[in-house]
Amino acid sequence: MATYYSEEHEWITVEGDVATLGITQHAADQLGEVVFVEQREAGEEFEKGGEIGVIESVKAASEIYAPLDGEVVEVNEALADNPGALNESPEGDAWIYKIKLSDASQLDDLMDLDGYKALIG
Amino acid sequence: MTDAPKRTPLYDLHVELGGKMVDFAGWEMPVQYPMGIMGEHKQCREKAALFDVSHMGQVILRGENVGEKLETLCPQAYATLKEGKARYGFFTNEGGGIMDDLIVSNAGDHYFVVVNAALRHQDIPHMQANLDGVEVTEIFDRALVAVQGPKAEDVVGELCPAARELKFMETAIAEIGGVECRISRLGYTGEDGYEISIPEADAIRVSKLFLAHDDCEPAGLGARDSLRLEAGLCLYGNDIDQSTSPIEASLSWAIQKRRKEEGGFPGADRIQKELAEGAAKKLVGIKPEGRAPARQGVEIQSESGDTLGAITSGSFGPTVGGPVAMGYVAADHSAAGTKVNLIIRGKAQPAEIVALPFVTQNYKR
Repeated sequence: MATYYSEEHEWITVEGDVATLGITQHAADQLGEVVFVEQREAGEEFEKGGEIGVIESVKAASEIYAPLDGEVVEVNEALADNPGALNESPEGDAWIYKIKLSDASQLDDLMDLDGYKALIG
Repeated sequence: MTDAPKRTPLYDLHVELGGKMVDFAGWEMPVQYPMGIMGEHKQCREKAALFDVSHMGQVILRGENVGEKLETLCPQAYATLKEGKARYGFFTNEGGGIMDDLIVSNAGDHYFVVVNAALRHQDIPHMQANLDGVEVTEIFDRALVAVQGPKAEDVVGELCPAARELKFMETAIAEIGGVECRISRLGYTGEDGYEISIPEADAIRVSKLFLAHDDCEPAGLGARDSLRLEAGLCLYGNDIDQSTSPIEASLSWAIQKRRKEEGGFPGADRIQKELAEGAAKKLVGIKPEGRAPARQGVEIQSESGDTLGAITSGSFGPTVGGPVAMGYVAADHSAAGTKVNLIIRGKAQPAEIVALPFVTQNYKR
């Protein structure tokens, strides 16, 4: 099981052809207290760079951008009732989607943990 | 606005307290501290919070009949404002729009005026040009600190017993920590509290005296915005501007009876006409039914899909526990209880027009 990171501060953990996607702790800290998450529905397909949801903090709305092509296979429904989980465990329980990757080679464009740590300084 | 943002006398304290500094209206201000916006908001509603509002313009007016002269620029009854009293008001333009909102206090031998940070460069020349024989002096050597919340009287009163004697919208000079301050029982959070003008050299020391109280924590601009929105208070530039009239903005309560009848202020024609006949649009409270906050600019539609107006302030209300907003709607859809739709990211989200404020104002009258 490998974890990849995007420049948009998302993490992706891949197991077989299904991946779990969320936002990093760094992103959650920058957003501040999350009060609402707008998610896509299972079955929706998306392309790399497309908007796949919105996270709202008290102050502002921030889009979630797809780090690669894929399809939503499962949505973390718990976030609708408890969006604050994104501040508490963004890299754990508060994952956002399970996705099916369209092109696993796109993972090569993402960073590993060391690369991501270098990005956020 | 290419200059580097200015710093208030409390800047070093903000940094020491871990404030997250942002550029606001040309000032480097804390948007929040480590407690976070939600915690700071609740701190103010439940106990007491200290805000730096030194970015606002503090102005002294001296001369003969200052109150009468202010009435030529504002639709408020400032001529009859008693010594030791403060009154909310606004400058209107010839078209009946609002140039800025402000607080005027009768300090006895002078008037003390507080205007918005971003508009001091408009307001001060406006007063200098139009208040004949009045000396208009901006104060640059004093901080302005707000202590707000149900425990504010304890926090300030322990250091300054005279503060306990003030009622809502009263102002006095009193000593705090050995330094002479102007202390006014008012604020912009919907809670009881004070705004305190402190000589800059003592500002951090006096603020720390307040913060030493167990019930007082620092709060930033983020909490200040969600607090004023829940309290149904307008933010200049969002909810009111040069085009909106006080009647449209549901601020007719801030125009005293004599001024409504007599007129004699800029834009009186429009404002008196709207008082008599109603305005075409009205600022209202809007409660989204779901969890999605409706931000500034979101379109408001009737249930049948007609455009009614737009959201002017919208956020999550920590005390309400859900999204809250204000916006303008066509007057025939402004009654509390009217169902509307908010177009958020292309999708219609149901909402209801509600009476303001969202939380009961808790003033010491």
